[in-house]
Amino acid sequence: MALATSPPEAPAPPDRKTYSSDAAGLGRVRASVFAAPALLLIAVFLVFPALWVLYLSITNYRLSGVEARDPQVVGLDNFFNALVSGKFWNSTWLTVEFVLGSAVIGQVVLGFTIAWLMRDRTGPLKRLVEGLVILAWILPSAVVSFLWVALLDRDGGTLNLLLGIPGFAWLLDYPMLSIIVFNTWRGTAFSMMLYGAALGNVPPSHLESARLAGASGWQQLRDVVFPHIRGHILTNLLLISLWTFNDFTPFMLTAGGPDGKTEILAVYVYKEALIGGNLGVGAAISAIILLINLVVAVFYLRLLRRKS
Amino acid sequence: MRLRKISAVAVLALSAAACGQSSGGGGDTIELTITQNAIAGGKNAKGAEYIAKWVIPQFEAAQKAKGKDVKVKFIPSGVDDEQYKTKLSLDLKSGKGADVLDIDGIWMGEFAEAGYIKPLAEVAGPEAESWDGWSQIPEAVQGLATFSGKKYALPVGTDGRVLYFNKTLMTKAGLPADWQPKSWQEIIDAGTKLKAAGVPVPIQINAGTAMGEATSMQGVLPLLAGAGGEVQKDGKWTGAAQPLKDALGLYQKIYSQGLGDPKLQQEAKGRDKSFAQFAEGKIGILMEGDYFWRGVINPTDGVAKMADRDQTVGYAKIPAMEPGKGLRSQDFVSMSGGALRTLNPNSKHPKEAFELLAFTLSAEGLKEETKNGNVRITPRTDVNKEILAGDPLLAYISEEVLPLTAYRPPVALYPQVSTALQEATAAVVSGKTPDEAAAEYQKKLEGIAGGAGNIAS
Amino acid sequence: MSPRRVLGRIGFYTLIAVVLAFFSVPLLWLATAPFTSDPTYEVSLPDFTLANFRAILEHPYALGSLYNSLILAVGTALLVVLFAALAAYALSRVRIPGRDGLLYALLLLSSIITGTAAMVPIYQLAVELNLIDTHLGVILILTGGLLPAAIFMLKDFMDTTPKSYEESARVFGASPLQIVRHVVVPLVRPGLATIAVWAIANVWGNFLMPYLLFSSDPENQPAAVIIYTLYTEGGQANLQLLSTFGLLYSVPVVLMYLFVSKKYGFRFHGGIKR
Repeated sequence: MALATSPPEAPAPPDRKTYSSDAAGLGRVRASVFAAPALLLIAVFLVFPALWVLYLSITNYRLSGVEARDPQVVGLDNFFNALVSGKFWNSTWLTVEFVLGSAVIGQVVLGFTIAWLMRDRTGPLKRLVEGLVILAWILPSAVVSFLWVALLDRDGGTLNLLLGIPGFAWLLDYPMLSIIVFNTWRGTAFSMMLYGAALGNVPPSHLESARLAGASGWQQLRDVVFPHIRGHILTNLLLISLWTFNDFTPFMLTAGGPDGKTEILAVYVYKEALIGGNLGVGAAISAIILLINLVVAVFYLRLLRRKS
Repeated sequence: MRLRKISAVAVLALSAAACGQSSGGGGDTIELTITQNAIAGGKNAKGAEYIAKWVIPQFEAAQKAKGKDVKVKFIPSGVDDEQYKTKLSLDLKSGKGADVLDIDGIWMGEFAEAGYIKPLAEVAGPEAESWDGWSQIPEAVQGLATFSGKKYALPVGTDGRVLYFNKTLMTKAGLPADWQPKSWQEIIDAGTKLKAAGVPVPIQINAGTAMGEATSMQGVLPLLAGAGGEVQKDGKWTGAAQPLKDALGLYQKIYSQGLGDPKLQQEAKGRDKSFAQFAEGKIGILMEGDYFWRGVINPTDGVAKMADRDQTVGYAKIPAMEPGKGLRSQDFVSMSGGALRTLNPNSKHPKEAFELLAFTLSAEGLKEETKNGNVRITPRTDVNKEILAGDPLLAYISEEVLPLTAYRPPVALYPQVSTALQEATAAVVSGKTPDEAAAEYQKKLEGIAGGAGNIAS
Repeated sequence: MSPRRVLGRIGFYTLIAVVLAFFSVPLLWLATAPFTSDPTYEVSLPDFTLANFRAILEHPYALGSLYNSLILAVGTALLVVLFAALAAYALSRVRIPGRDGLLYALLLLSSIITGTAAMVPIYQLAVELNLIDTHLGVILILTGGLLPAAIFMLKDFMDTTPKSYEESARVFGASPLQIVRHVVVPLVRPGLATIAVWAIANVWGNFLMPYLLFSSDPENQPAAVIIYTLYTEGGQANLQLLSTFGLLYSVPVVLMYLFVSKKYGFRFHGGIKR
């Protein structure tokens, strides 16, 4: 089973020493050369500015005003101020709802369902379904936001037209639900493709024997499929949670409103940093988001690694 | 093989990409750049066209006549104001950016404090102070470009706010077609009658944070002035004082009695929608700036065209809470703003840059810019006299409204204070009492202004 | 057919119908508004005018911006795929101490960089490196932000591809680079294609970086920036231009996806199924 899909950080099996994964005989030196261009670019254009952001987070730096000319190091003030403000916690809670609702539940469940329904199919129906789902994923967000405003608009919106309830204000009365459904629509493709690939790796013979043994559909999923795709679930959850945490697109639908009810952390940072010009504060909140993401990642790793 | 092919393509693409770099100018040609948040085919297209098609060729020719070889390049932008501001800040901070640039009047304070802009006389020399155009610009409009006693820019224009109303709906509700309320109570009374006559949205006064600065300029600030208050007075911010409570009280009356549509205030595109609804005859009374007349319901090229604008739409001055209770004991009030055009302190050719700046605001230039239905209130009295005659509303604002208008404080903290004000209106519209909302505002203000010591209540 | 299977079939097609409706209804506006003379947010039967397209063709920056988007997207996608594939392969095959921790750390840091708080460091970095106003600058910066996730995903594919081919190629004396070229790349080609489309879609929609980094020439700005200029002075969307340009702006990514998926396949795993 050395070839099975395994989470990238899966602990080495006991016989690891005897089995070398370096099939091409790359060796550490050549491997370093292979990785060098990517790491160099990352070091210059990612790590360096990211550390700079962390530095900004302990200053009162602003885009303009006196603090732009002469920023002061203020220690952890920005962090303390954020942590004692109701607005920050409100945003954090909304973000948790948004990530849980749209990524962990929406995209994963819908993505898996579509992948499962389509697993043995080929032909135009599969291509149509997958094509539409992927279309929602690759369209530019500037365009997508207009599509959803047109869909959810309370006067002429397509949804109200279809449901026959003119005047129903989705974005005002159910703002969080709206952006959760929106983001599910937007991002399901990634999960669908990943699970599509994962399901292809489940040996049909295993499923067959489970079926013969009288396992129900749910039991097959739990006992045969799940163990095979655990690694994919991990990759999927890690990436989509991270992306959704930092997703700014809902701003284009609701502008964080009404009354801050969709002001998720990414929008909060945008408002502080770009609209308010408070770059120190924005950097501090970015750093807190990073920590939250770290906690989430560690949680996923523990959860999905434990049983393997 | 494939890898080699791919890398060859990559090298090609990257070298093509690198060609985007601009090359420096050579010889004794003076190269100038001018930027605005305007772009041909998009936002402020007419402004962009004026610079590209008239200013640049005319200015280059005029300089040539003086024996100077000057090349001017226009750098359009045309995005959200906040993003434009961000980019200007980044450019100016790094010693880059156009030689002549437009900013919003309320950014002047923070830009000056950051050292992004400097007094004109410091950048371009005494010519800036002695520019002959100054004598044509009213004191109040000059104030738009003045920060701590020094002129940092030339004003590009100004504007004013009024109450627009739909005469057809007013008549239907038994109100005069030349309606002019003298107190807030008369606005409420008119709203009640409009409601009784079946008008879906009797009164639209912007509230909430979704409309951003539009809530401040076309909402809470004129009302605050009408109650005799100012957002900042003698260097101190005004906290939860009576005028603010009164202004929020009017919001409460309008939105709790069903005289306004609270949902419209919360929608991300609520302001667009209020425009469309007014054009469709669903809104009775709307507080807006002259831009609404020029750019929104303009029958030829507005975004929500009203073919019968000149017959159907009336306008009135914004009354004080009660006669004499307004700012400076006025009976009527308004708010004004305006863009500024200034110099980049890092300009290599500050003298020529100032000449270009002044050229764009010459009487001849402004007349050219405002030709063909592009009328606006320019900073120059001489030009206004000529061009505004043909537009009743702009003449009205210029003559009746500008003398009693007020301006926002051009200080660095204003944008944050403005946001706090918008949040206070949002709180009232969604059911809080004016007292609660004002107290919350005061608390936020203390955080923004750095302690209660900077706040007068 | 047993009643249970009939029920199953009905259930299946109902579910599929719901999924299809969910994913297609929001797209309707893009299909109708560009062909309507005076479009609103309401989806209505268009009057099939081409006036909006004519207006876009006359727009001074619209078509050029699509070309700029193409340069940025293709340039970034090539760099991301090339560098990420090499790094992912190396990291997948050779155990470098701390590699997983490093990958997670980079992945987390990439979230800071894509946020708005990083604009000042990035801008000043670009100034220092003389990359302002160049496509190359934007490409390098976007590549830096996308690489960690790309390496992470590609390493996952590489971990699952069979290594026996590499071993046999090695037995026949192929060099590591040859093995990568002739054995590994064909195996993970659908994965590379997926990463390329993912990178293209990311760059295609990115507004802030190109807007800030092209500071003196709007002719360099990509479509993501130009679409934000189709507003009026007061901030109202010009829906005629916006919907039409939105359609034109969407078509290239869709074509790219179709092309890539037809030519290379579009899957999250290697080319050989076990």
